[in-house]
Amino acid sequence: MHENFDFSVTDRILADHKCAQQLIIAILQDIQEHYRYLPREVFPYLAEKLDMSEARIYSVATFYENFSLEPKGKYVIKICDGTACHVRHSLPILERFRQELGLSENKHTTDDLNFTVETVSCLGACGLAPVIMVNDDVYSAMTPEKASELIKKLKEELANA
Amino acid sequence: MLKSRSELSALREEYAKAYAAQSRRLIVCAGTGCVAGGSMKIYDRLKELLRERGLSVAVELEVDPHGDVIDLKKSGCHGFCEIGPLLRVDPEGWLYTKVQLSDCEEIIEKTIIGGEHIDRLAYKCGCNTYKKHDDIPFYKNQTHIVLDQCGTINADSIREYIAVGGYSALEKALFEMSPEAITDEIKKSNLRGRGGGGFPAGRKWEQVRRQNVEQKYVVCNGDEGDPGAFMDGSIMGGDPHRMIEGMIIAGIATGASVGYIYVRAEYPLAVERLRTAITQAEELGILGDNILGTEFSFKLNISRGAGAFVCGEGSALTASIEGKRGFPRVKPPRTTEHGLFDKPTVLNNVETFANVPLIISKGADWYLGIGTEGSPGTKAFALTGNIVNTGLIEVPMGTTLREIIFDIGGGMRDGAEFKAVQIGGPSGACLTAEHLDLPLDFDTLKKVGAMIGSGGLVVMDDKTCMVEVARFFMNFTQNESCGKCVPCREGTKRMLEILERIVAGEGRDGDIELLEELADTIVNTALCGLGKSAPNPIISTIKNFREEYEAHIYEKRCPAGACQKLKKIYIDPELCKGCSKCARQCPVDAISGKIKEPFEIDLSKCIRCGSCLDACPFKAIKEA
Ligand SMILES: Cc1cc2nc3c(=O)[nH]c(=O)nc-3n(C[C@H](O)[C@H](O)[C@H](O)COP(=O)(O)O)c2cc1C
Ligand code: SF4
Ligand code: SF4
Ligand code: SF4
Ligand code: FES
Ligand code: FES
Repeated sequence: MHENFDFSVTDRILADHKCAQQLIIAILQDIQEHYRYLPREVFPYLAEKLDMSEARIYSVATFYENFSLEPKGKYVIKICDGTACHVRHSLPILERFRQELGLSENKHTTDDLNFTVETVSCLGACGLAPVIMVNDDVYSAMTPEKASELIKKLKEELANA
Repeated sequence: MLKSRSELSALREEYAKAYAAQSRRLIVCAGTGCVAGGSMKIYDRLKELLRERGLSVAVELEVDPHGDVIDLKKSGCHGFCEIGPLLRVDPEGWLYTKVQLSDCEEIIEKTIIGGEHIDRLAYKCGCNTYKKHDDIPFYKNQTHIVLDQCGTINADSIREYIAVGGYSALEKALFEMSPEAITDEIKKSNLRGRGGGGFPAGRKWEQVRRQNVEQKYVVCNGDEGDPGAFMDGSIMGGDPHRMIEGMIIAGIATGASVGYIYVRAEYPLAVERLRTAITQAEELGILGDNILGTEFSFKLNISRGAGAFVCGEGSALTASIEGKRGFPRVKPPRTTEHGLFDKPTVLNNVETFANVPLIISKGADWYLGIGTEGSPGTKAFALTGNIVNTGLIEVPMGTTLREIIFDIGGGMRDGAEFKAVQIGGPSGACLTAEHLDLPLDFDTLKKVGAMIGSGGLVVMDDKTCMVEVARFFMNFTQNESCGKCVPCREGTKRMLEILERIVAGEGRDGDIELLEELADTIVNTALCGLGKSAPNPIISTIKNFREEYEAHIYEKRCPAGACQKLKKIYIDPELCKGCSKCARQCPVDAISGKIKEPFEIDLSKCIRCGSCLDACPFKAIKEA
């Protein structure tokens, strides 16, 4: 076990869910919400506390697309490629984000861990397609140009933080 | 905590009175679309401005307001998000559209203080101005029974829900009806599952009710996996109590004491509203132990999905709630016998449950009067694509595509020609011009090889390539295949490869036949509904648009002019003024040149996205 990993957050989350095996998905969701990914250190810890095998926890974590074993960026940019957004040209927007950030189909997160670019299918705002989401904020009627402006703005926010 | 029926009735009377007494009500749309457009900032600004002017503001229904109060509320999605952010002004029923932060002062001055309508903010179409929400053609041609409160009531308030008659069906079910009578009423109403299959809900309830088992469950499927559909999300976020009421009634009817709502990961707003709603219902004693002082107890939990489309399938969904990987299992046994935690389980869709309180309150006979004989009631659809009005709609079953596209949808966008509509998302099929007058209901669609499915309706014009549409959906399902069985895992991969080849201009003789053969195998041998229905979009596009496939394969040509790899984009040096605007638009830096000299496109970099075509002020960029 990693000596210098702080398990207090994990403990709190486990307590919130009464250490119930059945709630493993909710537990992993809360952990991911906190760290923005699932740190490897938590797996043996959860296995012990929940009395289930580490392999089973890994199998759950890898089955669901929302879980990430790799650290994600401070800003997670989700580009909607649901039907409504697709027919209104969501792909050029995705391309633009990737280009601005030096990312690709195989590389989703910048090395400085500031940005992650992913696609999702429908964010429930189809009337404003094409739509993207940055962390919890939805941006509507996007264009490649707006994408570039947004990256500029987010980078400024990072610089001023 | 309410301890009896009369206490709830008394409370309802009090709330109804307070609700009716509201003299000025502003309802800001707080659905996902309008929030993205800044509606919450508008809400805050209106509140601030009202207070600055010394007007008292009520954000929750107040029973005994002191003096004149302006009610400022947040609603769920109205369905017509593209004209948002929306503000509804009551009692007049006015709808203000595309409201901006800078409009707030004027709204307070003119409308609140002066009582005047602001023409500038009204919805306009052609030369007509529509002041009232209900007069707008998009709404006028719809029948809202399930969605009728989405957009009019405060989505965060159990008080308003009760004031407009909410939880009276629960009262009736709890105090006037036996579990058998409730089940019989649902059976008689012929309410059919809105999650895709159209299985009669009453039959499921009956199967669960009859089993003499201690623990049973009620599960609501709010996974809404079809990309491009958002009606279940809107119901959960716009009128959460209605669905909860339906679930509690299912609990009474079947003898289940625990319920789960499985909500799609991408709906944080719906989760928040449901959480609020559950807490409010618990505080009033409408959920929890001994509901309204009776022997009946019902506990409701929320499970959030984690991004797997296959979890919309019943057995995968229950596995996911149990904290396992969402693999479907072989059926039978059915969910009604071995469902959640291996116990008898009623699994229904959000919209299905939302219909239940209406049927119990107004009776099965009333319900049977709406829709068609075999498919009573209404259906919500998510209308998108190349039409004038896109959004969430609700129409009686049996409405025709023509009515939906032309009366509600306002016709094709930019005067384009109608080509097809894809119904039911990635598991669905396409319908063509010959189906425009077909009544949309479960049985009629089945006859033509389509299905209502999730309720996604994508309208396509003559510039849409049907092979590309097929590829898009296959790409989606292939990605979402859980990999448990070979036909689906390997078969969809092969089908996708072939489709990708065809749209890239590398199709070969025999590809169509190969697609048909693979489709046939997958449909007949895949383990769950995902695999069984994955080939549907391909089967139906081949059936209806075989010549498009052939043009791609044999002539390397996309008849719709949509397939990017079959396009050549070039700059006409005669027309180009060298302004560089296109180069700035290009997402992949494929355009270069010297200012004031003709620019050039590097086709090896160009991804044929088309952005530059619209960007050039001189129309110098062309496709061949
Ligand atoms: C791959 C797959 C995905 C599904 N996704 C959903 C969904 O997102 N929402 C839904 O209500 N039903 C979905 N279903 C249908 C459910 O399995 C089930 O039939 C339905 O929830 C039952 O409710 P109903 O009878 O009220 O429609 C899906 C089925 C399959 C095979
Ligand atoms: S058909 Fe597809 S999704 Fe369903 S069990 Fe088989 S592999 Fe999984
Ligand atoms: S079509 Fe798109 S990728 Fe190609 S040159 Fe134009 S903007 Fe660039
Ligand atoms: S935008 Fe048009 S005129 Fe300007 S450089 Fe590009 S092609 Fe030439
Ligand atoms: S398809 Fe993009 S928000 Fe629905
Ligand atoms: S979110 Fe406001 S109308 Fe849909």
